[in-house]
Amino acid sequence: MNTVIKDHSNAAAEFLQDKERARWHDETLWFVRAKRDKAAHNLDEWEALRNAASQIKEHTLSMLDDYLLEFEAKAKANGVHVHWADTAEEHNQIVYDILQKHKAKNIVKSKSMLTEECGMNHYLIDTGINVVDTDLGEYIVQLRQEIPSHIVLPAIHLKKEDVSNTFHQHIGTEKGNKDEVYLTRSARGVLRQKFLTADAAITGVNFAIAETGGFVVCTNEGNADLGVHAAKVHIACMGFEKIIPKAEHLGVFLRLLARSATGQPITTYSSHFHQPAKGQEMHIVVVNNGRTKQLGREEFRASLKCIRCAACFNTCPVYRRSGGHSYHNAVAGPIGSILAPNFDMKKNADLPFASTLCGSCSNVCPVKINIHEQLWLWRQKLMQDGYVSFAKKSSMKLMAGVLGNPSLYRVGGKLAREAMRLMPWSVNNKLNPWYKQRDLPAPPKQSFREWYIQNKKT
Amino acid sequence: MNSQEKIISEIRKNKPAARPLPEAFSVVADSETMLDNFVAVLQSIGGTVTTIQNSDDIEALLKQKLESGLEVVNGLATLPYYNLDDYTDKDRTELEKVHTVLLKGEVAVAENGAIWVPEKAMGNRLLPFICQELVLVIEEANLVTTMHQAYQKTTVNDGGFGVFIAGPSKTADIEQSLVIGAHGPLALQVFITTNAGSVETECARAARHVPGSV
Amino acid sequence: MANSGFASYTDGCDKNFVQNFSGFDYVVAPSGSCVLHVKEHLHDEKIPQAAKHIREHIYELTGFLTDVLKLDSITANFPFRVGMHTSCHGQRMLHLSSMSEKVEPAFSKAEQLLSGVKGLQLVKPKRVDECCGFGGTFCVTEEAVSVRMGENRVEEHEDNDVDYITGGDTSCLMHLEGILKRKGSRVKVIHLAEILNAQ
Repeated sequence: MNTVIKDHSNAAAEFLQDKERARWHDETLWFVRAKRDKAAHNLDEWEALRNAASQIKEHTLSMLDDYLLEFEAKAKANGVHVHWADTAEEHNQIVYDILQKHKAKNIVKSKSMLTEECGMNHYLIDTGINVVDTDLGEYIVQLRQEIPSHIVLPAIHLKKEDVSNTFHQHIGTEKGNKDEVYLTRSARGVLRQKFLTADAAITGVNFAIAETGGFVVCTNEGNADLGVHAAKVHIACMGFEKIIPKAEHLGVFLRLLARSATGQPITTYSSHFHQPAKGQEMHIVVVNNGRTKQLGREEFRASLKCIRCAACFNTCPVYRRSGGHSYHNAVAGPIGSILAPNFDMKKNADLPFASTLCGSCSNVCPVKINIHEQLWLWRQKLMQDGYVSFAKKSSMKLMAGVLGNPSLYRVGGKLAREAMRLMPWSVNNKLNPWYKQRDLPAPPKQSFREWYIQNKKT
Repeated sequence: MNSQEKIISEIRKNKPAARPLPEAFSVVADSETMLDNFVAVLQSIGGTVTTIQNSDDIEALLKQKLESGLEVVNGLATLPYYNLDDYTDKDRTELEKVHTVLLKGEVAVAENGAIWVPEKAMGNRLLPFICQELVLVIEEANLVTTMHQAYQKTTVNDGGFGVFIAGPSKTADIEQSLVIGAHGPLALQVFITTNAGSVETECARAARHVPGSV
Repeated sequence: MANSGFASYTDGCDKNFVQNFSGFDYVVAPSGSCVLHVKEHLHDEKIPQAAKHIREHIYELTGFLTDVLKLDSITANFPFRVGMHTSCHGQRMLHLSSMSEKVEPAFSKAEQLLSGVKGLQLVKPKRVDECCGFGGTFCVTEEAVSVRMGENRVEEHEDNDVDYITGGDTSCLMHLEGILKRKGSRVKVIHLAEILNAQ
């Protein structure tokens, strides 16, 4: 499959063509933001919790090597196998090798953005291994051969009819029946069989605890636990920034995570894994895939504090009106836009510009990442490193020339005002992107300077 | 250099200057309304809650389920029909037939309706997730207000596995419409023994020479 | 320009700005985004002190009136129904008003000043502080999203049946006005300085 990936601007324009669907998408996600607000305002100590979470993460990043080594030692002492993957390919290879060793052919997987990032599903499926995503939203998008459009609500871009059609096509539900209870129960039945016959279960990691060598997986559906406890092999995949120092810190993070993500005080299940069950093998794969590089970027390393709650997605007026697929990455939204350029500046140069820098994201981030500032900083870096289009660059240079030269500015301004008055069609046309859906302001008779000189009291 | 060494050495090169770890987070928690808050939150997330003084209601529930021919696992040793040990080594296909599972919760959290269930209380890790209906029994004395207190009250790595369970399984993945009952249990029922009561049968109580019933 | 990645090109503008505005106690501008940019990025290698002074003494209008001139409100007369648009840079970066995302006491310098305006009915849209979509060059580079954001803002104000939409940033107002005019709306935009000055 060799499709040209649309940049955000074009993808967003296409997304917005279905006006009603775009409105529904925006309102649905705004509602999630509103639920988050309600949950946050319920706790007087909310801002103090954010401060604590931010400080714990900043401390952790400054001692990341020590904590990771402590985590590894404790996990190993608990009988858990620990693997390290420098690249996405290595991660996929390690997972494959473990599965091969156990002759595992049928795998169930709970939500893991890390495995999405590494393209693990496709890698394994290409080798003939069957991987089923068991989170309902991810199951739906997997059947549709799409990627999730939201890291917490993977199918948020789909309506009940879409799910109904997909299920009718793939699991034989009644045509046209879009009752969510019916559809959910149908999926429950199908996926139960997968849980009962799986050879191995793969999960993500929400938090890894250095102090104990354990890790926590949070779900509402119970799919991670059903997969893991019914299988002989459990492979947990994590980006190395998921580490936190102590178990007590889970109090801070678990109080923030679900409230920020969906407005719930906690997910239904917060499963704490320390040792494999009797007769079971437990593996952890610790992954780099560019994170050490981001760690070395002084302006951008704070993005590694992220706990993948997606509060920034829900509040972002641009994300809500463009949909996750416009960001052409596993992790979309504002946080995705400051993580992705680190992977590939050329492919992702459009993303930091998909923002008005309104700053709402930074305000909802439970770990206080300065997302809007990093978006601005990425713009400067992308420009300096040559990833911004020539047209943008030369028009900017021209603007800088005019604005930097007072006489040119005055003449230019007067000319522009006269042109707009006498020849409105010169700017009021479809070639001017401003004019496509908006009128231009009426040109003033005088510039401010002219008015001021005329009216100021001496 | 293997990958671990490579990653660690790159981290050492790139990590920022040391930042201090903040002090343990503490919040002044109102304990007077704890029970009411716990009940309200748990109900709002789809759980049913009953406060009890003794085990009569639980025993009645067990009896009713068994009489309907459902497979029931009772993990409370102080109650009749206790059979948790029979299930520790059962395989997943056998466990799938279980309808109702009754377990003892160790700590309950008022701010979010969550109950900590360690592995030693569940016998088999799959049990609390594969059943159709989960019943948890907790004591009011083990109720705390916030997660910070919960982590103080229990040691999460005391045992190979443990889980905070807050309500029945659920999902809103289909157009944000909430459905109670996703892949885990379709229902969660919680019994809270208030400080005045205790979950023991008459026989057990008599055996302890406790005068009268509460 | 800087917001489009071209901060390095702004030397000429910076030089001009410092030249034009040094030697004053305060610099006041009716635009939060401009003030923010100057506060954060104004520099001049030849006369750094002058640039520093401006950075530390530049104010957005409502901030200047409440924090420096210490005015509680301003007496004026504007008997109309007006929708309040909260501009992002002024609110989230210059803290001219409280933010809906944060758990903090509510306040608004603009509303405080407007409270003395006779006859004024100030109403807020449902989403009190969602961005209008202007965003500098964003308004043309991501034209579709920019316009949709503006249209949605305008709809919420029209739902409140306002005569005017006001705010502290001319860029927001120009963007919203462009949309209002295109749809032939009777709603007009007006900078809050004009309301404070209305008799």
